[in-house]
Order: sequence, then C-alpha cells, then structure tokens
Amino acid sequence: MNPTISLTDDTPGGLAPALFEPAPVHVAEHVLVETGLADRMAPIDSPLGTLWVAWNGRGVSEVEQAADGAEAARRHEARTGRRTTVATALPPSLAATIGRRLAGETRVRIPLDLRGRTEFEVAVWTKALEIPRGEVRPYGWIAAEIGRPKAVRAVGTALGHNPVPLIVPCHRVVRTDGTIGQYSLGGPRNKRTILAAEGLDPDGLEDAARRGERLSGSTTTKIVCWPTCRHARRVQDRYRVSFRSLREAGAKGYRPCKICRPTAVDAAA
Amino acid sequence: MDDSELTERLARDLDGSFELLVRTHVDRCYTIALRVLGNPHDAEEVAQDALVRAHRALAGYDPQRIRELRLRAWLATIVVNLCRNRVRRHPLPTTPLAPLVETGHEPRADGSTDPAALAVAGADRDRLAALLATLPDRYRIPVVLRHVDDLSYAELAEVLGRPEGTLKSQVSRGLAMLRAAAIAHELEELTA
Repeated sequence: MNPTISLTDDTPGGLAPALFEPAPVHVAEHVLVETGLADRMAPIDSPLGTLWVAWNGRGVSEVEQAADGAEAARRHEARTGRRTTVATALPPSLAATIGRRLAGETRVRIPLDLRGRTEFEVAVWTKALEIPRGEVRPYGWIAAEIGRPKAVRAVGTALGHNPVPLIVPCHRVVRTDGTIGQYSLGGPRNKRTILAAEGLDPDGLEDAARRGERLSGSTTTKIVCWPTCRHARRVQDRYRVSFRSLREAGAKGYRPCKICRPTAVDAAA
Repeated sequence: MDDSELTERLARDLDGSFELLVRTHVDRCYTIALRVLGNPHDAEEVAQDALVRAHRALAGYDPQRIRELRLRAWLATIVVNLCRNRVRRHPLPTTPLAPLVETGHEPRADGSTDPAALAVAGADRDRLAALLATLPDRYRIPVVLRHVDDLSYAELAEVLGRPEGTLKSQVSRGLAMLRAAAIAHELEELTA
C-alpha cells in the first residue's frame, strides 16, 4: 500500500506521509559531539607509538594509551560518562594543530575540554603549557608560579591527573631534586622516551642534579637559569658555571633569568 | 513526551536533557530543511547547525525563558532562517512555473482543482518532492511548515512573522500550484 496524501488544507501534516524523511543517524550524533554531550576518539602517532585522542565540540578531552580504539573509548566513557564513538582519524584541522604542538610550536592553541576539573588543576596544566619543548622545570616552579609555593605535592598530583598528556606537557615537569619522576601515561620510562625525543638527555640531567648542579649561570652575563633553559644551553662551556641554589648564585652576584625565572623555588632548591 | 515537559526538563538540566530534544526533533528539523532546500547534503548541515545553535542559545537563557519557549516553532524558526541564509549565499536553481501555465495548468487559487488526494509510490514521492521544490519560497516554506511538518497557523505566524490570514492564503495557493503541477506531471491520481 502506498501512502495517500491529501492536497487540501483540512489538517496539518497532509504531505508528511510522502515527504517526511528521517534524518541520517549521524546528524544527531554530530550534534551531540558538537555540543560536548558525546565524544569521538581517533588514533595519532607519537614518540610512544599510537595514542588515542578523544574530542568534542569544546576541545580535546583526553589523550590515552590503549590496546585499541574500543578499549580507549570504553575507558573514556567510564571516566566522563559521555558516549564515545571511535573514528578513523581526527578532523584535519585538529590533527594539524596537535601535530604542530607536538613538534614544538608553542603558539598553537589547542582547545581543551576540561569540564569538571578543579581551578587548581587547570592552573597547573595551563602553567605547564608554558614550558618549551626540550626544557624541563621542577614541580616547585609550577607551585610558585601559580602562587601556591607550598602546594608542590598537590602540583604533582594534578599533573598525574592530566587528561591530555603530551598536549599539556606534564612530561616536562620533573622532581625538585632533579630526578625525572613519575609519569601518568604508562610510567616513568615513557617520560624519559618523550624527553629524549624532544632532544634532552634524561640520564645526563639526573647525573648533573646528583652532582648538585641545579642551576646554570654564565660568567659573562652573570645570569642564572634552569639548566635546560634555552638561554643557559647556548652558553659556551668555558663560560658556564653551576650552582646548588639561587641563594648561592645570588651571593656571587648572579641575577635570575627573566625567561625561565628560577627565583621561584629558592626555598626548595 | 510533550514539549512543555521537555522544556521543563531543559530548564532544570540542559546538558542532561538536550539529547532528548535532539532525538525528538532531529527528524523534523531535517525534513523541513530537506523540503525547503531540496537537497540532502545541505539539509544535513542545516539540521546539525540548527540544533547546535539551539543548544548554544539555550545555554544562555535563564530557566524561566526556557520554560516559556514554544519549542516546535522556535526550532522551526532556526531551521528556516538557516535555510534562507544558505539560499541567499547559493541561490537554488529553480524551475520556473511558466511552462505549467502555458500548458493550461495554471493553478486556481480557489482550490477547486481535483484531485484532492494522491497515492504516492516511491518514484512519485521523488517527483512530488521535485514539484514542491519548484514553488516560490513564499509559498513553499509555509506549505512545508504546515503540511510536511504540521505546525498550526499560530505557530506558522510565529516562525515567518506574517499574519495568519496571509499564511492561510499562501498555503492554499501553494497547494493549488502543487495540485496543478501534479496533474501536469501525471502523478497517479486518487480522487477522494
């Protein structure tokens, strides 16, 4: 039986039997993702191999390691309560921005969906975003920079809860004693791998810290930096001098670098 | 669920109940866009965009304003406006009605033309859709809202900002054109 339609104005909806058309399922799905009520998940390449990135219309909501997309999506759903579907690839523009960020560009803005996170966590992660590729800062530096100098341990916890590792570079935050420290994305070994991929020598850094070389100064400029600060690293060996603490450097007439600001952790250094 | 219950829920918990709004209204938003614009690709984009905009708007409304919304008409307004913007940017290729007039099938505004009803099979359905697409906007949009969707004249007036009387005659004229076109194109007739 074909539907019979009425071409009179007696009752509304007369043409519906012939002309009503259900929307393709992806229309509703797209709306829910775009409004941040559902997420999509797709793989990206990284120094740690394949990672799974979840996103919605508000921004990137998670980066995780998983055996496959289904497992990644299931865990993401459990954490966020949002339905998550696996896609083959990120939207091209998002993939490009993430690629540029991972390659070291600091000016690219990647929107993040950090709903449900505390103000403190967001402050910690935002500060970590300032650390350039190929450099590290201690937990205490972040604590001081966000105006909570005593909250060093809480900073460590917040970084451990970073939902978007690599994008928010929590791997560039190390322990105040100079050792590399813990990492949320699959453990400390991964942290070393990523730092090495960014051009650092994790073992060398730890050795130097163990020898008490916590800060690095230049005898020509009388400026003192974190050892991995780009300004410290371009100092020639014959002009380089190391300090155990900012106090020691200060006593010898050195002033802190205005770029890497080693002032902050004097107490913890 | 009726719309007043839905608006009540949206007022209390927008993100918790927006999916329900999407599920309830996505098909009609899509259908309106499809029949106004005449192609599925544009209709998908408009339906998506309309619902995303609806969410953004609701997020900015206070709960009382959400409770007072007439949801069906409000959503239809967003869809129709987006369709119009799109047509303004990329005008639709329309078939003028002149050939119908020349062949003696000029529609009569009094609606006395038969048939009153048509049986519509698959292919005829597409042809009917194509005929609808040839109506000028000022007739097609009211016909779509009233007869493909099923808005009341009060709702139509809200969506299109025209008096109900005007809309009644536009719908009636639009249907008359459609009947004439149906006859001209020999859609299978089923006289009521």
